[in-house]
Amino acid sequence: MNRLPRQLTPLLVIFVVAIGSLFVARHLLVPRTFGEYGHYRAAAVGEIAGQEFTYAGSLACADCHSDVYDLKQNSFHAGVACEVCHGPAKRHVDAPDEFVPEKPKGRGFCPLCHGYNPSRPSGFPQILPDVHNAGKACMTCHEPHNPTLPHPPEECSACHREIASKKMVSRHTNVACTVCHTVPPEHYQNPRLALAKKPLSKAVCGQCHASDASSSREIPRVDMTAHGGRYQCWDCHYPHYPEAIQ
Amino acid sequence: MKKLGTDMPRREFLENCSRALPPWLLVFSVVGSAESLVADEEGQYDASKHNYAMGVDIHRCIGCGRCADACKKENKVPLEPTFFRTWVERYIIPTSGEARVDSPNGGIDGFPEPQEDIDVLRTFFVPKLCNHCANPPCVQVCPVGATFESRDGVVLVDDSYCVGCRYCIQACPYGARYLHPEKKVADKCTFCYHRITKGLAPACVEVCPTQARIFGESGQQSSPLRHFLRFNDVSVLKPWLNTSPKVYYANADGEVR
Repeated sequence: MNRLPRQLTPLLVIFVVAIGSLFVARHLLVPRTFGEYGHYRAAAVGEIAGQEFTYAGSLACADCHSDVYDLKQNSFHAGVACEVCHGPAKRHVDAPDEFVPEKPKGRGFCPLCHGYNPSRPSGFPQILPDVHNAGKACMTCHEPHNPTLPHPPEECSACHREIASKKMVSRHTNVACTVCHTVPPEHYQNPRLALAKKPLSKAVCGQCHASDASSSREIPRVDMTAHGGRYQCWDCHYPHYPEAIQ
Repeated sequence: MKKLGTDMPRREFLENCSRALPPWLLVFSVVGSAESLVADEEGQYDASKHNYAMGVDIHRCIGCGRCADACKKENKVPLEPTFFRTWVERYIIPTSGEARVDSPNGGIDGFPEPQEDIDVLRTFFVPKLCNHCANPPCVQVCPVGATFESRDGVVLVDDSYCVGCRYCIQACPYGARYLHPEKKVADKCTFCYHRITKGLAPACVEVCPTQARIFGESGQQSSPLRHFLRFNDVSVLKPWLNTSPKVYYANADGEVR
């Protein structure tokens, strides 16, 4: 019987040990599910699919807030999901009392979509945030769940379109024309025979702007006796466009 | 030669056939299909039955950046402006010269006024994300098999197996990958894999206020994506690279790349 040459025996041992340790290392290092579907760890798919999500989807909102949801679905904002403005709400769905989604306030949020930008598709409603009702929160005039454009008093703007569009973007936008102007009923039928009256004294402005007036606190106040002397308010301030104050 | 159909009328032949069919065969076929329906309804997710893709309508994008914002919140992407899974680019094409592309903070904070020294011919927004190529270069170059294409057509990264070598970031022709600064692994859009496998839309699709993004399955007739592909002239980014992207752009200008 031919014996193996002596020098081959240790070589054979080395080979067996090397190949054996390769198999052991492979067994230890390669993840269990590697190669089940392809050159990757099959269990990773389940791990990625099992991650927590934070956006609940607008259908989850409709379950409890059906009134707001229905209002929104019938408005221009029908395609805008609740979480676009209110942020991720999965935590709110899980624990409605512990976590309340955010509400965008002020003027910062809406211009992200509606601020003028030449790159936006034409026809998308856009405004110039600096001149459009400067300083006022968007929600003063617009209901975001039903953002139909607020109308200036139709009966005046029908004829006084230029003034109405000026006033529409001024801080006096919500002040009805008749607060300052006395309008006889005949003016609507025969405007040139019965003219509407312009204010005659500072007292009209004082209704809201006098230091002792009972108007909202955010309205700027002046001392009506000391400010402006013998001049009328509208000699310096154009009331339809009050942000033009120097 | 024997003439066929002379001794047995067609109607009689069909009746004989239906009698010869064992009735239990019919019962089994109905029960079988019912079983597979139940399995589906119980949430048995079968990856091999899906093939996801996304459509982007450039004419609808208003560049509000809500998609990029929602993606960061949904997928815990670091808030620094250099890390994005999806982002919005603004293209400004002047009457002469090169197109300018910018994307300040991915569009999340809005876009500043464009410079006034140029005559603008066209300008528009293009949302970008991982194209989930059917022939993905990033998967080819991954030395350990940490980035892979799952059976439902989504390119994913195995966090616990990635060694952070950045080959895939180099290989991606769309710049859709980044190295996660905390986890030190490659990270990218997963089509919100954790959402779509549960029947929810990806976060960016959920929050898009103008429906500029359409998500669906390219193999399913009822999917909104099929409608999108049917009624739009779509293109993909860098088709000459033969990566076969699964993000389809409608109304894309020739300048979009």
